[in-house]
Amino acid sequence: MDAIDTTLVDWSRAQFALTAMYHWLFVPLTLGLGVVMAIMETLYVRTGREFWKQTARFWMKLFGINFAMGVATGIILEFEFGTNWSNYSWFVGDIFGAPLAIEGIVAFFLESTFIAVMYFGWNKVSKRAHLAATWLTIIGATLSAWWILVANAWMQHPVGMEFNPDTVRNEMVDFLAVAFSPVAVVKFCHTVTSSWVLGAVFVVGVSCWYLLRGRHKDFAWASIRVACWFGLAASLLTAHTGHQSGRDIALYQPMKLAAAEGLYEGGKAQGLVMAGVLRPGVDWSAPTNEERFLFNIEMPCALSILATHEADGYVPGIRNLLEGGYTLPDGRTALSAEEKMQRGRTAIAALADYRAATEPAAREAALKTLRANFDCFGYGYLKSPSDLVPPVPLTFYSFRIMVILGGYFIALFTGMLLLSRWVSRQKLLLLAVVLSTPLAWLASQAGWVVAEVGRQPWSIQGLLPNLAAISRLETSSVQTTFFIFLVLFTLLLVAELSIMGKAIADGPETDKPAV
Amino acid sequence: MNDISLLQHYWWFLVSLLGALLVFLMFVQGGQSLIWTLGRTEEQRRMLLLATGRKWELTFTTLVTFGGAFFASFPLFYSTSFGGAYWVWLLILLCFVLQAVSYEFQLRHGNVLGTTTYRVFLLLNGVLGPLLIGTAVGTFFTGAEFVVNKSAVACVSMPVISSWANPLHGLEAALVPQNLLLGFSVLLLTRVLACLYFMGSIADETLRGNCRRRLRMECGFFLLFFLTWLGYWLASIGYGYTADGIVYPVQHKYLNNLLAMPAVAALLLVGVLMVLGGMVQGLRGRRRAFWLAGPGSVLVVLALLLCAGWNNTAYYPSLADAQSSLTIVNSSSSLFTLKTMTIVSFIIPFVIAYIAWAWRVLDRTPITPQETQEEH
Repeated sequence: MDAIDTTLVDWSRAQFALTAMYHWLFVPLTLGLGVVMAIMETLYVRTGREFWKQTARFWMKLFGINFAMGVATGIILEFEFGTNWSNYSWFVGDIFGAPLAIEGIVAFFLESTFIAVMYFGWNKVSKRAHLAATWLTIIGATLSAWWILVANAWMQHPVGMEFNPDTVRNEMVDFLAVAFSPVAVVKFCHTVTSSWVLGAVFVVGVSCWYLLRGRHKDFAWASIRVACWFGLAASLLTAHTGHQSGRDIALYQPMKLAAAEGLYEGGKAQGLVMAGVLRPGVDWSAPTNEERFLFNIEMPCALSILATHEADGYVPGIRNLLEGGYTLPDGRTALSAEEKMQRGRTAIAALADYRAATEPAAREAALKTLRANFDCFGYGYLKSPSDLVPPVPLTFYSFRIMVILGGYFIALFTGMLLLSRWVSRQKLLLLAVVLSTPLAWLASQAGWVVAEVGRQPWSIQGLLPNLAAISRLETSSVQTTFFIFLVLFTLLLVAELSIMGKAIADGPETDKPAV
Repeated sequence: MNDISLLQHYWWFLVSLLGALLVFLMFVQGGQSLIWTLGRTEEQRRMLLLATGRKWELTFTTLVTFGGAFFASFPLFYSTSFGGAYWVWLLILLCFVLQAVSYEFQLRHGNVLGTTTYRVFLLLNGVLGPLLIGTAVGTFFTGAEFVVNKSAVACVSMPVISSWANPLHGLEAALVPQNLLLGFSVLLLTRVLACLYFMGSIADETLRGNCRRRLRMECGFFLLFFLTWLGYWLASIGYGYTADGIVYPVQHKYLNNLLAMPAVAALLLVGVLMVLGGMVQGLRGRRRAFWLAGPGSVLVVLALLLCAGWNNTAYYPSLADAQSSLTIVNSSSSLFTLKTMTIVSFIIPFVIAYIAWAWRVLDRTPITPQETQEEH
C-alpha cells in the first residue's frame, strides 16, 4: 500500500516556510511605510510645503523598491496552496478559496491600480486626487492583509463550516463567521499594527543614520517626529492586541501556548516566564526527572491571568494536554491524545463505510458515527500522541524575542519623543537606533514563527494535519523547487538591499530648491 | 437550470472572463518580448518599458485574481491541476516573479545585477509567460493524465485524492502539438497587441514605424498558428457528461458546442473579426487599433473558454481515467460559497470603472522621450 513520505511533508513545509518568511520581509514594510508616506503627503496637501512633498516622495521611492519584492514573493504563496498542498485545497477549498478570491477582487486591484497613479500621476492628476491614490494604495494593501489573515485565522480556529461526506470536504455555512471571526479580527489588528511598528522603526532608523552623518537634518527630524508618534501608538496597540491574541491561543490552541511557555506540567496560578533558558535535548513529549529549564524568571500568576483572566485559573501544560483528564472551561473532562486519535480513526473509518455503503440504513449509521466523532477527525491521521507536540524551543524563544523587542520599541519611540534634543547629540545612541532597525524584522518574523510553528502538526487546527494536506509529488521535485526559490529570493533580496541602500545614501531632495 | 447549476455556469463565465482579460492584458508580456526588436536605442527601449511599466501590475493582479477565483469556485481544479502539473505552473510563477522586480529595479542606482539582467528577465517573462500559459490552457481541450479519487481521504496512509499519472508533472503538455500551437498563438497575439498598444501610447514616429513594420510579421505568424489550432480544435474529440456525471468522448465536441450555443459562436465570430479589423487598422497606421483588437481578443478567448466548460463539457478531461475528468458540476464549490462569491462579484463593475479611470488618466497623453528622464 502507498504511504506518505514524511520527507515530502518536511520539504513541502520547508518550501512554504521559506516563501512565507521571505514574503513577510517585505509586506510589513509596505503596510507600515505606506501609512507614514501617506501621512507625509497629507501634510503636503494641507500645508502646500514642497518640503513635505519631497519627504513623501523619498519614502515613496523606498516603498516602491520594497513593494516589488513583496509582490514577487507573494504570488508564489497563493499558488503553493495548490501546487504543494493540493489535498488541503480540496478538503477546505470551499471555505479557504473565498478570502483569496475576495482579496484579488476587492483589495489587490485597488492597490495595483492606484499605485500606478501614485507613481506616474504626479503631473497628471490634481494634488488631492494624487493623495487619494496614495491612501487607496495603502488601504488596498491593508484590505489585502485583512483577507489573507482571515484565511490564516480560519486555519488556526476553523469556524462557519460543516463536513459534507458526499463531496468529502468541508463546506462553508456561515460567511460572516469566517470573515469576522474574533480570532481573525485580533490577528488582523495585531499583524497590521505590528507592521506599522516595523515601518516606523525603519523610518526612525534611516533618519537617525542621516543625523549621524550630519545630512538632511530637517528631513530627518520631521520624519522622526511623524514616525515616533505613529510608531508609539502602533506599538501600544500591538501590545494590547497581543494580549488578546494570547487569550485566543489559550482558548483554541492550548498546545501552542504550552509550547510558547515551556509549560510541561500545568496547574492553577501559573506564572509567565519572563526570561529563561531551556535545557537542551529534553524530550517535551515525555516525562523526565530532569529540570526542563536551566534557569527561568517567572511573573507569578501572570500566565493564568493571560489565559483565563483569573489569577488562580487553570492552564494545561503539554503533559495535561496529552494525557487529558482535567476539566475544560465548559465543564467537560478533557480527552487524552490517545482517545482523540481513536475517535479520529473511528470518524475516518465511518467515512469509508459511508462512501462504500449501498444500503440507506448502513449509510445513515455510518454518517451518525462520523458526525459523533468528527471533532477529532484530524487526529485519526496521527501516528503517535507525541506528533501533537510542536517544536518547543523554537516556539518558546521566538515568543520571548517578539515580546521583549515589542517592549523595546515602545521605549525607543518614547525616548526619541521625550529626549530628542539630547539624543541628537549622542552619537552612540543614534548608532544604536540605526542598528535597531533590523530588530523590527526579527520581532515580526519571530511572531509568525510562534503562530505557525506553535500550531504544528496542524494545517487546520484539529481538522487536518500536514501529512494529510500535501500534494502527491516526488520529494526530489519539491527539493529542487525549494533550492530554486532559495537562490532566487536570496539573489533578489541582495539586489533589493543594494538598491535600497543606494537610494538611502542618495537621500531625499528636500535640500534642493523647488523647481 | 437549478440554483447551483446557474451559479456554476455564472462562475465559469467569470473565470473565463478573467482568463480572457488576462490574455488581453498580456500585451505587457508581448511588449517585453519586443524590447530589443522594436527599441533600437536606449531611449526607445526606455519608452517601451515605461509604456508597459504602467500596466504590468494590472496583468499581474488579473493573474492572481484568476487563480483566486478558480480556487474559490472550482477548488478541485486548483487541487488537481496545480498539485499535479507542478512543473508547468511553477515555471509560469517563476516567470512572473522575475517580472515583478524587474520594472522597479532595472534603472535604479545600486542595481548590482545590471540593467541588462533585468531586461533579460522581462524578455523571459514576455516569451515564456504567454507561451506556457497558452500551453497549459491547451490541456483544457486536449486533456491531462490524472486520477481523482475522493474516497482516498478515508485512507489513513495515503489520503491524497488527486494523483498525476505522468512523471513529467505537467511538462508533458509541451509534447502535444495542439497545446504548443495554442501557446504560440497566445504569444503571438500578445506581441500583436503590444505593437498596437505602443503605436497608440508612445509619441515617437520612429518607434511607431518600427511597430508598424513588425506588425506585418507578427500578424502573419499569429494567423498561421491560430487558424491551424482553430482547425484542430473544431475537429477534435471533446468530452461530454450525462446528468449522472458519466463522462464520455464526443466527436467534434467543440464544434457542436458552438452550434448548440449560437451566442457563444457569435462572440467568437465577432471577436475574430475585431482582432482582424484591429490588425488591418494597425497595419494602416491607425493609433486606436489597439482598442479594436484588444476587446476582440477578450471576446475570442471568452468564447473559447465558455466552449471548454459550458454545454455539459468536461473542461479538464483526464486521459488516465475519463471518469476523473473535471466538469463545472463535479469540481465546483458548494451552493453557499458560490452564492456568497456571487454577491462579492457585484463589486466587479466598480473595480472596472476605477481601472478605466486610472488607465485614461495615465494614458491621456502619449509617452515622450523627455518623460523617460523623470524619476518615478
